[in-house]
Amino acid sequence: MTSMAGPGPLARRQMLRRAFANRELVIGGTIVLLFVLVACLAPLLAPYDPLQANFLTIRKAPSWSHPLGTDEVGRDVLSRVIYGARTSLLAGVVSVSIAVAIGVLFGLAAGYVGGIFDLLAMRLIDAMLAIPSLVLAIALAAFLGPNLTNAMIAIGITATPAFVRVTRAQVMAVKIETYVEGAISVGDTHLQLLTRHILPNAINPIIVQATLAISTAIIAEASLSFLGLGQQPPAPSWGSMLNAARGFLSQAPWMAIWPGAAIFIVVISFNLLGDGLRDLLDPRETFSERS
Amino acid sequence: MLKFLFGRLAIMVPTLLLVTVIVFLLQNLLPGDPVIAMAGENRDPAVIAHLRAKYHLDEPLPVQYGIWLGGVLQGDFGQSLHIERPVLELALEKLPVTLQLAGMAMVIALVIGITAGTLAAVKHNTWIDYAVRIAGLCGLSTPNFWLGILLILLFSVELGWLPASGYVSPTEDLWANLKAMIMPAFVLGNAVAAILMRHTRSAVLQEMREDYVRTAIAKGLPRRKVIVRHVLYNALVPIITLAALEFGLLLSGAILTEQVFTIPGFGKLIVDAVFNRDYAVVQGVVLCTATIYMVLNLAADLAYFMVNPRMRR
Repeated sequence: MTSMAGPGPLARRQMLRRAFANRELVIGGTIVLLFVLVACLAPLLAPYDPLQANFLTIRKAPSWSHPLGTDEVGRDVLSRVIYGARTSLLAGVVSVSIAVAIGVLFGLAAGYVGGIFDLLAMRLIDAMLAIPSLVLAIALAAFLGPNLTNAMIAIGITATPAFVRVTRAQVMAVKIETYVEGAISVGDTHLQLLTRHILPNAINPIIVQATLAISTAIIAEASLSFLGLGQQPPAPSWGSMLNAARGFLSQAPWMAIWPGAAIFIVVISFNLLGDGLRDLLDPRETFSERS
Repeated sequence: MLKFLFGRLAIMVPTLLLVTVIVFLLQNLLPGDPVIAMAGENRDPAVIAHLRAKYHLDEPLPVQYGIWLGGVLQGDFGQSLHIERPVLELALEKLPVTLQLAGMAMVIALVIGITAGTLAAVKHNTWIDYAVRIAGLCGLSTPNFWLGILLILLFSVELGWLPASGYVSPTEDLWANLKAMIMPAFVLGNAVAAILMRHTRSAVLQEMREDYVRTAIAKGLPRRKVIVRHVLYNALVPIITLAALEFGLLLSGAILTEQVFTIPGFGKLIVDAVFNRDYAVVQGVVLCTATIYMVLNLAADLAYFMVNPRMRR
């Protein structure tokens, strides 16, 4: 680990080579990138308006005109799956950003300040962790009101404790390093210590945690939307599409298959990406996990 | 042992108190004034004042918390506004259904997770190992409500072997109960099986590198015996405690599984309560789930303490 100065060009090249040699990272990263492109280019890629009902095409099986079939009000499933990628990726990124912003701040403070603040913060985190995350997210979404924004806030809050713990553990390990002591001896302020030396050297496990948390957040958003507590119909969301499909399983199974497959593929991609990043950025963790 | 138990309780009690604070504060996230909603269209000031006094809403927040906590400690979790029954009574009625579902899911997860994990470790770097690892990744990435829908499509709609939804009490008809619960239990246990499989694989691999294993094999003990008698015994200690911790995940996952299979358990109770704006039930279920989860954590710690001699030193 180095303080202040980032890795040199040689180290950067080596890391890039290792990244491209890592199959999980490449496969996961490519699929995630594809989903991001699909979400960004949704208006260009979707063959139909995802909200446009058509009572002449209700529950039509997959065909050339509707490759993934149509739903209970005749909307094109492919177009809704494409637009659904926006909701899922947005929910994943926004809720994890909320969790990172709060979690890293609290984790930095708890690990750096220590003492009674650390003790109280960790008890609060223990209390939050004692409530299963989906139960807490449902309760929060219920009390805040059912919509996508509140669902993202609820998921972000429930994902926060993991980031507090990871950051705190990293800060406690880094703050006793010699280069931090050196920085203290040359008169660096607390803010300089935290932003220039401690956080940059503690960031890798946080990045890995964030990537893995996005997949959990996407499932959480789909779960809340499935329960009717996230994205509200008719706006497209993979979770709410699955909820609507439950009523027509025998007549229109395609309504259930494709949104679920989309969730599965995007989640597995983020999991692969997270595992790959862990190999790249945090090899010690990998050794014990993979052997 | 007692010292360890009291040490853990000393941490658990304040944590549980903090959980009650979080659950109590949830109510204050509610937009608007609940009393105005209760007072009806006329909104008579006298009625509003009476309701405020009745529900202690005219008191400061810490006093309201104290009154609420006092009730909770005496088993009074409030009254369901929708069903008009005490929350505790409802929770106790639904809990056995969810516990059966979670229990069956855990058995399935343990059987699949430990068997597949051990097999992957023993056949390290072969196609079996790769297949198990891919299956584990898929298990972790499959939303259980989607898996439930796919299994309903296959086993109920296509093959007609199992009921798509509903619940029969085991005391009424055990066979019908098992038929109704096996699919939801598999769906619920799927993710935990994947987690247990990953941990079993890495724990068995780690144990297999230990000196005592090499010695046992060098002494001529059959490999199968070494794995079953020595390696698995040592590797499974942390796995069993992990399984106890994952029980909390099952309670959480049960919400979606119960919704997909229309099982009248704890999960369905909280979802119905959310849509009926029955906030006392939501609070009660969250508090009960957290308490069960913490007790399971304590039980896992105690189990680990008892089976691991190094902890007792």
